[in-house]
Amino acid sequence: MTAQWLLVAAVVACTACADLLQSHGMRRGGARWKVPLSICFLAASFFSFTQLLRIADLSFAVPATAASIVVETLLARLVLREPVGWKRWGGAVLAAAGVVLLAL
Amino acid sequence: MNARALWHTAGVVLLNAAGNFALSVGMKRAAAAAGPIMALLEPAAMAGIVLLIAWMLLRLRLLQIADLSFVLPITAVGYILNAAIGAAFLGEQVSLARWAGAALITGGAALTSFTPAEGAPARESESPARRREGEAA
Repeated sequence: MTAQWLLVAAVVACTACADLLQSHGMRRGGARWKVPLSICFLAASFFSFTQLLRIADLSFAVPATAASIVVETLLARLVLREPVGWKRWGGAVLAAAGVVLLAL
Repeated sequence: MNARALWHTAGVVLLNAAGNFALSVGMKRAAAAAGPIMALLEPAAMAGIVLLIAWMLLRLRLLQIADLSFVLPITAVGYILNAAIGAAFLGEQVSLARWAGAALITGGAALTSFTPAEGAPARESESPARRREGEAA
């Protein structure tokens, strides 16, 4: 169980880094190094996902990686300083609740 | 919604499900002794990777012809579809909690993407130029 969640964490962290770098790079400059770096994170994310599928059910792995929605909403607010409305927070809370259910 | 966008959407959802299914089969079929990278050479895993590459390309194409706010909630159905494939074809024990979790995540992903440009702007629907104006203000 622990190895599964560690791999989920790796997928989520790499996905969040990739999306953050892409959004930041395309808007605030530095796209020439941020976008290629984001591709590296995407590759790491996908590699972690393949290893997760080696030990975990598909019906667990795919929904569990949706935790990235929660992490990315938080990072969009904190790092990118995007305005996040109630629908977006609500969506993140629903996704978080769904991931918690997967842990039961 | 035109037929072309619907056709593309169906293709995106199905390619994602088929790719994940093949990848899951391949990764579990790989010999226990195979390392993390060698396991990827399992034919079913390779097929899964090819299908997922096709999925990304078709999704790019779909984003060209349809709004992201249409694409995201519909493709979020994939969370439930993947759980259903696990239960139906991979012999996975999908508990009620897991079904509910997948459903909540689909709802959450859909709600997240139902944010129009007014009010709280969705980051994908906001142009960089407008954003900079906002920052300067």
